[in-house]
Amino acid sequence: MHAIHDAQDIHVGIGEYKVAQSPGRLVTLGLGSCVGVTLWDPVTKIGGLLHIMLPNSKEFSRINKKGKYADLGIPMVINEMVKQGAGRGRIQAKLVGGAQMFIGADKKQLLFNIGERNVESSRKILKDMRINIAGEEVGGNKGRTIYLDLQTGKVTIRTIGQDIKVI
Amino acid sequence: MTIAGKLSEMQMDALREISNIGLGHAATSLAEMLASKIGMGVPHAEFISFDRAIQIVGGYEKLVSCVSQKLDGDITGIVFYIFDETSTYRLVDMLMGLEEGTTTWLDEMAMSTINEIGNIMTGAFISAISDFANLRISNSVPIFAFDMLAAILTSLVIAVGRPEEDNVLAIETQLFRDDKKISGHFFLLAEPESITKLLTALGLEA
Repeated sequence: MHAIHDAQDIHVGIGEYKVAQSPGRLVTLGLGSCVGVTLWDPVTKIGGLLHIMLPNSKEFSRINKKGKYADLGIPMVINEMVKQGAGRGRIQAKLVGGAQMFIGADKKQLLFNIGERNVESSRKILKDMRINIAGEEVGGNKGRTIYLDLQTGKVTIRTIGQDIKVI
Repeated sequence: MTIAGKLSEMQMDALREISNIGLGHAATSLAEMLASKIGMGVPHAEFISFDRAIQIVGGYEKLVSCVSQKLDGDITGIVFYIFDETSTYRLVDMLMGLEEGTTTWLDEMAMSTINEIGNIMTGAFISAISDFANLRISNSVPIFAFDMLAAILTSLVIAVGRPEEDNVLAIETQLFRDDKKISGHFFLLAEPESITKLLTALGLEA
């Protein structure tokens, strides 16, 4: 089976980001309504992974981790990749997550629908920055763990009770 | 700002005591549902970070069931009950009168059973606290998830609109029926002002 934990895996915590160069994998565990944004340059094989919690930092007054917010985090990862030698025009993105984890009769909480907003905001920011989105696995109601293979740019997605998916 | 570092030992004791009362009521309501005796271990209560909460319950990808309710009124925040996979199946078997080990996955019926248990238990917890502290706390209709722990927890924190709040009041409980153990973790994620209100209502300087 693929996607088993590996000593070379670099873990990205909730609301955090990491940038690294091949070989190895960037991993983030248990994305729910959060969105994992992977960014990868096929030439230098420099990649970044960001674990976004919220679409827009402007809705909050107190911010301690910029990586939590799509609008602040995505540009930060791209800048860091470019600083490390990635070609900005070659970077391709993939989006995973943005699920609706809970079921229940409380329509107000369900309609909050933060997962969907995280996905939409991420797409918009990437589009504004003219970064191509090469793949997506978003929505639904399952938590996801993702691995970005820095050698191939492929993203492996694990969910409980379902087959592993690669995009 | 984290509230945890600002509470005295006496204040923590008061929160532990009120947790004990709340969970006692929750256990009683479970006993009524099962029409049998339910034993309860002494609950362990502390303020912890999310990373710590994830570690204690069993890791980011641990399969758990979670029932959550939103609180409004004098206390605003959320409460949620997390049962590990084995305890979840065990509860379903107990409630549906099935032989232990029958349930190995949650179908729709089993999900609504767990949701109902969690709902009654969190409801009992909240009404005990609001009676004891003489606070007005209303709770919403419960929401339910059965999936990876981290995916559930982060989604809850976001839904409550406090993404920069890194501490939760975690209360670990073990419930027993006969010799069968049900491990549950009860969490209260409240605004710092709400914890202050709670302590004041208990007669402690906050």
